[in-house]
This record gives sequence, structure tokens and C-alpha cells, in this order.
Amino acid sequence: MTTSAQPDWSTGRVLATAPVAADVQRITIQRPARGRAAPGSHLDVRVPVGDTTDVRSYSIVESDDDGSQLTISVLRVPQSRGGSAFMHTLVPGDELPVTQPLQNFPLSVAAARHVLLAGGIGITAVAAMAQALRRAGDDYTLVYAGRSRERMAYLDELAGLHGDRLVVHIDAEQTPLDVAELVGSIGRHPRSGATELYMCGPIRLMDAVRRAWESAALPLVNLRYETFGSSGWFQPEEFVVTIPERAVEATVRSDETILGALTRAGIDLMYDCRKGECGLCLLDVEAVDGALDHRDVFLSTTQKADGRTISTCVSRVVAREGSPNGPRVSLTLP
Amino acid sequence: MADLMPSGKVTAKIFPHPLNAWYAVAWDHEVTGKALMSRTVAGRPMALYRTRDGRPVALADACWHRLAPLSMGKLVGDDEVQCPYHGLRYNSAGRCTAMPAQETVNPSAMVPSYPTVERYRYVWVWPGDSTLADPDLIPDMHQMDHPEWAGDGLTIHAPCNYQLILDNLMDLTHEEFVHGSSIGQEELSESEFRTRLESDGSVTVERWMLDVEPPPFWRKNIRDRFPDFEGRVDRWQIIHYYAPSTICIDVGVAPAGTGAPEGDRSHGVNGYVMNTITPETDRTSHYFWAFMRNYRLDSQLITTQLRESVRNVFAEDEAMLAAQQAAIDANPDHEFYSLNIDAGGMWVRRILDRMLEAEDRAPVRSAAGSAVGSAP
Repeated sequence: MTTSAQPDWSTGRVLATAPVAADVQRITIQRPARGRAAPGSHLDVRVPVGDTTDVRSYSIVESDDDGSQLTISVLRVPQSRGGSAFMHTLVPGDELPVTQPLQNFPLSVAAARHVLLAGGIGITAVAAMAQALRRAGDDYTLVYAGRSRERMAYLDELAGLHGDRLVVHIDAEQTPLDVAELVGSIGRHPRSGATELYMCGPIRLMDAVRRAWESAALPLVNLRYETFGSSGWFQPEEFVVTIPERAVEATVRSDETILGALTRAGIDLMYDCRKGECGLCLLDVEAVDGALDHRDVFLSTTQKADGRTISTCVSRVVAREGSPNGPRVSLTLP
Repeated sequence: MADLMPSGKVTAKIFPHPLNAWYAVAWDHEVTGKALMSRTVAGRPMALYRTRDGRPVALADACWHRLAPLSMGKLVGDDEVQCPYHGLRYNSAGRCTAMPAQETVNPSAMVPSYPTVERYRYVWVWPGDSTLADPDLIPDMHQMDHPEWAGDGLTIHAPCNYQLILDNLMDLTHEEFVHGSSIGQEELSESEFRTRLESDGSVTVERWMLDVEPPPFWRKNIRDRFPDFEGRVDRWQIIHYYAPSTICIDVGVAPAGTGAPEGDRSHGVNGYVMNTITPETDRTSHYFWAFMRNYRLDSQLITTQLRESVRNVFAEDEAMLAAQQAAIDANPDHEFYSLNIDAGGMWVRRILDRMLEAEDRAPVRSAAGSAVGSAP
């Protein structure tokens, strides 16, 4: 069990692709064997974005025994101009740069109970975990929530594998997930203190679970989640960022980050994780026209509400109704 | 019929160790709730301690942040370790619970927490895939803490590949040459022995020396139980190997002709040499041993005497193993050859080879003939 590693890039070859739900493409990639990919691990792939390239992270849904054939599943994001749209064009035989399996979301079998919660495409991060827990004979429940059956990848396969341990919630069928009830049931269980909840899904869902978890006074360390910094409260839109002390003004396109736009504008900023976890890229907010869309997990709820700092690698600004000049944020360097 | 494996495939000189296995990491009394200790198992440095409720814990001995050894840190709260460098805290599952200078904890932050089980006076750890760690796979060493047995043991930090120790224990003809003053006798290499793979996957090597003079160690033991004993004995050595690296040896003597080979050992004395070998690195091992007996259980004097005489015997093995490892390293182009006495050791190698194959880490032979393990 490795917790993380430096990305080791090599050429991956697409072996097979198939649609597995509306807008979801399953893609199997061959790469040099490196040992079976552990549950919770992901692949980084390099994708063309505009006239440059960028890195996207996709959870590994399936790995063969030596880790040479890895399957991911990619949701096409409607406003995507880069990553997911490119991934959907891949056909067998195509090649693209990929890393070895990287692990930031490790499953611990030490917990007495496991609840796995997937919202939509988040199923890709927890499907392999459910498999491992099933194989180990552990106590687990897999909760899978989605908007409609057609949009939920792997639903039939999971039902066959996990039987009663799979609990499905579908908005279109009037059986939506009740977060308060889910967290409440964990809190009422006699082994509540020894239950780990692993979740992956839209940030609104994860924020709701986090708030319910805090108010149920469950141990925060038992709430396990991963974000690739790609999910916010609002749809990404274009906005303007300024650094008054350097007289810099840059446009942040909907498919790039503040960090990227400022770097392009010649500002040398410190950063590391690029997914809103480490806190190295924080800048102070001097003024904002619009609303901050915090997408990081470094700042606490209170700090996000204060709005005095922003994680430039993932967080954004969106227009507020009645702001005539479009969204803008002005930041100060450390 | 399956293809035969190429000759020499299983005689790798530096044998890799399976990771999906239980290894003894420490004696039970070594792991405490007062201080952390550091020990490496299968190339993985571990920080060992007990929680407030007494449960043993083995965390990877490197902080998630900048890899400072957690074993240099301190125990805090009910089950947590605080990194000695920047104060990050981890619970017994390896989850980070506190980070300096921020209000949240990075959700990625954790260190591996290896599965542990306390059994037979040892703490066992599973360095490989934790989802496969089944406590039922711990080898049977029940004599260690069974009321019908008494005894004690120690640990040798052996400067050699673990497989050399398994070889040593699976063939006891070496006693004649290495341990001439205590347990050796010429009948060891003269008597017949039988080696077999059991249906449970263990390996047995059985040797009886009938109507022989007891060597000094055994003369003392039988007189501890029967002070008037004189004369010759039937002596036995029945070696039991349990994968990956535990060897329990049923040993003893009884007055010659009193029925021990047929199953009546009541006129003699019976001991069990308990050995479990934990690879530390490719060239070093933790060798946990004990000598248990099933007579005069309340005599601490005999317990201590036996422990000390076996300690002296094993010091002779340790010197040989160290010298053998040095000679192996000094002769990289020379191969191992096998003798018929190696049957037990060769079964061990084949079983280990299959475990390694299942982990995709089987030894491979280089062009020069030396074998190396593939990286984990």
C-alpha cells in the first residue's frame, strides 16, 4: 500500500472503448506492468487543451493482476473544451501519455464498517473498493446516487456483485438520496465510531455529507473523500483576475485555473498539488465582483465563508446577478 | 502434466520474500504502550507500539509529509503517534488527524498501517496487500504458550538472506559438523531420513537415530527427568515447515528400545525447537527462536539452562550463516548445487517460489546465472 508517488509517465495504448452510460465512456488502457492497482487509485493522463496540454485524473475502475491493463470511465462534461471531450474521441490503438496508478484515496480495511457513497460518475472511485471489501468478507454498504438510471454507469453489474449491500437512489424515480438520513443511520449504528464513509461525487453532495457528519459529531477522520478539484458549486465561467500591485490583469477561461492564467501572465506563484489540498497556492482576496466558488479542501468551512483567501489552483469566481461588469477578483501576492 | 521448471530456477542465492504473509515482527513484551520501536520487515521499516487498550500497531515508519521516522516521535492520546519533526499526528489506522498551521487535514494524508495479530507470544505483521491478511494463515506455533509446554527463547539478528536460515533448519546433518560439542553426532549423517510434502502444504523431514549414545545436550535433558538414566537412546528429529518461514522441530530422546518410534515417548524427553524467520532486508533477517519442553514445566532453572545452551548452539549457526552469506557475495558467478540432504530445503524453495509467482515477484535468473527478485 503506497500512499503516493511521483508520477512516472509512459505511453499508454487504448485497448478498448465502450459507452457504459449516457455521456460515460469506458476506456481500457495498456501500460507497463507495475503491480495490481489498489482500490482508490487513479491514473493521470495528459490531454490536449486548446493549444497546450494539461493533466486530468481518472479513477481506476478495474485493474488486471499485474496492473498492465487499467480501465477508467470518463464523463463528458458539457462545457469541456479539453479533457473529457478529448477522452471521448479515443479509439483502440490510440496512444496517450499516462502515469502509473497513483494513490490518494486509499482504502483501510482496519475499520469495522465501511459505507461507500458514490454520486454519479463518482462510482468510478469506489467500485474497486466495494470489490475489495466484498472479497475480504468485510461489513460494507455501497450507496449509489444518480439523476437517472441511464446516466448511472455499471448499475446492473454492481447489483449483480453486491446484492443487498448495494443501495440505489435515483432522482428521476423519486428515490433521491437523503443525506441526513444516511448520516443519521451511521450515527445510530452501535459501531458508529468505527465506521468509515468513503465518498466521491459532486461537491454539493460532499459538502452536504460533511455538514451532516460534523453535526452528528462523528469522527472527522472517518470521513474519507477525494476531489480532483474539478467540481464546484457553480458551472465554471470566464472571469477576470487582477494583481493590482503588479498591474496585471488576466482572463481566466472557463477551462483553466487562476493559477494557470496568472502563470501565463508572468506571475511566478508557488503551488504543488493542483487539486486544492496542500494550501501552497493560496492568495488573499482584496476584492471580488461576483461570488467565490471554493473548490478546495484545504480551507475550513469558516475560512471559506470569510472569503479572505482563495485556492488558486482550483477555486473560481462566478457572476452574481446584477453585477454588470462580469465576474472579477482582485488578489494580493504574499 | 505441467511443464517441469528449469533446473536451478529455485536455487536463487538471494531469495526474495513473499509480501502477502504473516511475519513475526517482535516478541509480545517488546511492543509497549510507553514508547515506539522501529523494526524493518520485508524491507518495510515499521514503527511499533500499543494503543491504550493494548492492541499492537505497526505503522510505516515514515511521516507522510517529509518521511521523518515516526518511531522517533511520541505516543499521544489513546492510539496516536506524533511525528517528531512537524507534529503531524496519525491514529492507529494510519490516518492523519492533525496538521500544523491549518484548520483542516489534507484528505490524502495517511501512512500505511500494517495488519497485526498477537499470537504465540509474538506480534505478527502482514507487509503485503492488507485485504488478503487472514489471521488463520498464521503458522501453528501453539507450543509457545500452551499449558503443556514450557520454555523460552531469544532473537538473533542474522546477517544473511532468510532462505539460508530455512536451509539450515531443514537439514540437520550440519549438527554433526557445526555443533559437535553439544548435539552433533556421526549418526546424524548416517541415518536415513524421509522428506515429504503434506496435504496441508507443510513439509516434514523425519529422521530417527536408533540405539545411539546421547550427545551431551540430550544426556543432560533426559537426566533432568530421569536422574538415574544410563545407556543408549533412540533419538528423533521431525522437522515441520509452515510457509513462508516458520519451522517447528519435534526433537527428543527415549531409552533405546522403549517404543518411541512406535509412538510411546513416555520413557523419554520431548522438546520443540520453535523457529520463525522474518526477512528484514535481502541480506539480513530477524530469527526468532525458542526451545519448549513438555516435562518439569515448573522449573525456571531448566527453562533458563535450555535457553542458554540453545543460545550457544545457535551462535555457532549464526557464525556459519554470516560466513556463508559473505562467501556468496564474494562469488557472484558461482551457483548453488544441491545434495540429496537438501530435499527439505528444496521443497521450501519451491513453495516460496509459488508464493512469489502469485505476487508476480518470482526469482528470475540473470544471464550470469545469479538470481534476483523482481521489484515489488
